Amino acid sequence: MDKFTTLTAVAAPLNVANVDTDKIIPARFLKTIKRTGLGKSLFADMRYNEDGSEKPDFVLNREKYRHAQILVAGDNFGCGSSREHAPWALLDFGIRCVIAPSFADIFFNNCFKNGILPIALPEEVCETLMDDAALGTNARLTVDLERQVVMRPNGAEIAFNVDPFRKHCLLNGLDDIGLTLEHTAAIDAYEAKTPAWQPKIHGA
Amino acid sequence: MPRTLFDKIWNAHVVDRLEDGTCVLYIDRHLVHEVTSPQAFEGLRMAGRKVRRVENTIAVVDHNVPTDNDRLKGINEPESKLQIETLEHNVAEFGVPYFPISDTRQGIVHVVGPEQGISLPGMTIVCGDSHTSTHGALGALAFGIGTSEVEHVLATQTLLQKPAKNMLVRVDGKLHPGCSGKDIVLAIIGKIGTAGGTGHVIEFAGEAIRALDMAGRLTVCNMAIEAGARAGLIAPDETTFEYIKGRPFAPKGADFDAAVAYWKTLPSDEGAHYDKVVVLDAAEIEPQVTWGTNPEAVIPITGTVPDPAAEPDEVKRAQMQRMLTYMDLKAGQKIAGTKIDVVFIGSCTNSRIEDLRDAATVAKGRHVAPNVRVLVVPGSGLVKQQAEDEGLAKIFIDAGFEWREAGCSMCLGMNPDKLTPGQRCASTSNRNFEGRQGPGGRTHLLSPAMAAAAAVTGALTDVRELI
Repeated sequence: MDKFTTLTAVAAPLNVANVDTDKIIPARFLKTIKRTGLGKSLFADMRYNEDGSEKPDFVLNREKYRHAQILVAGDNFGCGSSREHAPWALLDFGIRCVIAPSFADIFFNNCFKNGILPIALPEEVCETLMDDAALGTNARLTVDLERQVVMRPNGAEIAFNVDPFRKHCLLNGLDDIGLTLEHTAAIDAYEAKTPAWQPKIHGA
Repeated sequence: MPRTLFDKIWNAHVVDRLEDGTCVLYIDRHLVHEVTSPQAFEGLRMAGRKVRRVENTIAVVDHNVPTDNDRLKGINEPESKLQIETLEHNVAEFGVPYFPISDTRQGIVHVVGPEQGISLPGMTIVCGDSHTSTHGALGALAFGIGTSEVEHVLATQTLLQKPAKNMLVRVDGKLHPGCSGKDIVLAIIGKIGTAGGTGHVIEFAGEAIRALDMAGRLTVCNMAIEAGARAGLIAPDETTFEYIKGRPFAPKGADFDAAVAYWKTLPSDEGAHYDKVVVLDAAEIEPQVTWGTNPEAVIPITGTVPDPAAEPDEVKRAQMQRMLTYMDLKAGQKIAGTKIDVVFIGSCTNSRIEDLRDAATVAKGRHVAPNVRVLVVPGSGLVKQQAEDEGLAKIFIDAGFEWREAGCSMCLGMNPDKLTPGQRCASTSNRNFEGRQGPGGRTHLLSPAMAAAAAVTGALTDVRELI
């Protein structure tokens, strides 16, 4: 996983509430066995016409947002399916940070596993950032994870919360599994106490 | 201190605590399917890791598989074929128990787990699928995870998690005939919204929930995720124990008695604290149907499509307008009588034998309306077999419904069962998102009985007029 420290980038405004993971990446693109290559299918049904041509009005098709690395979105972003293909598609497109008033739990969690920082900020703050994002390439946002601030184009700073453990993992690009394996002795001890009645699964 | 059902299961599974309160949580059951696991197994392979507990793990194919009767001859779609073959290769390499499509036990992972007695009360159960919340109906803490977490569970049999908050949804009173668990859960989502449960585990309780059979409870917990909840839970009781007894992987004899003794300690204590409480009256619930493109856009079948002009919030108003356009509905129109093209009876929400019985009761002696296609897709090979033994399959076939093989089918547009653009579907599945059942497809969520009513009349219909 790539580290996330600071990011200065163009932010794309997507002022839609309840953007579900079927919108972020429709199910027909989940037939891959890889994590990469999904960026071209990100927001497919919002981004492309049936013949595959681009819908010119969609935010990521507008010239100034083609290289956006931050997405400012509406309430309850990432609701629906648990598909990690959603953050994979965002990442493959180049998005490293999503800012919204709220996120669905599984999506929120999946972001951290992929070096994407989801930031929940109050609705009115998101509206301000949405206005900043509307300025396009003329206005970049800076996200400083160490200091936990978003810097607006005018230099004003907005503080955000992040779980300390997740912050540590993102800043250092740490693999969770490696960290958990340090608890192997505790896992062994826990398993030794499994009640005798608990059945085992077998294939036959 | 009095504890909730969630608190008890959580505490029983904490292996270790990190400084900031993150827990290493033990996972008793890991359900694996073909779509969200290939990258996880690849990760294990690259790191030289093994599956820590194959005996806690079960793999099944469901999302991608065709449901036509010729499917054992081979899968035509190359990407689906590759994903299924990849799973088969992975379960062989890592030694994970697996039900292939040639096995009658194959089916939708959330039907198979409870049916086999793999999912049991008090357990932690995860799967790379958001509808894992289904298994909470047994009194298990069950939730969906992403692929990185699938890999984490395969490697460590644990997850790093912080506890959720407790929410109680109590449904008092008695449900009217013609209504089911599906109507209860749709009414709940209509009331609390698609983010109403975010950050919480919802415990469903009250007289109407207690009165549900296991199938109804599984339906309610299945859609807890559609209210944004991390998980849904129902306290285990005699209905639960009776359901589990004798299932293939359930404890037997003295082990079963020991298990029941433990399971009886699980229900929430008197006076336990909930961060949020919502109360509904079952007597006020009518058969439900969605009109929009998320599950909270739901109304009773007797209702009319809401008018965006009445919505004060600008963003919500725009969203409602977009929904009406996508669904090709008009504000103020009666939802009953809306013509449909396709009916889908199936999915992890409503494909159990009880669901098929409900649909068959309405379909019996009737015939599919002209120009309507009806797919009936049992949740597992065993459900299919039972439905054939009970004569339900014959009722469906005589009514002109398609009787198919087990799988996720038309719930999610990942296999050959899809809507074409503009088609309108009465569906017993769980999501009515834009394009969910196929690009441009329009979905109305409803119960199995309501779906059968739509099938025989060709329009959204109050099932109470037919029973």
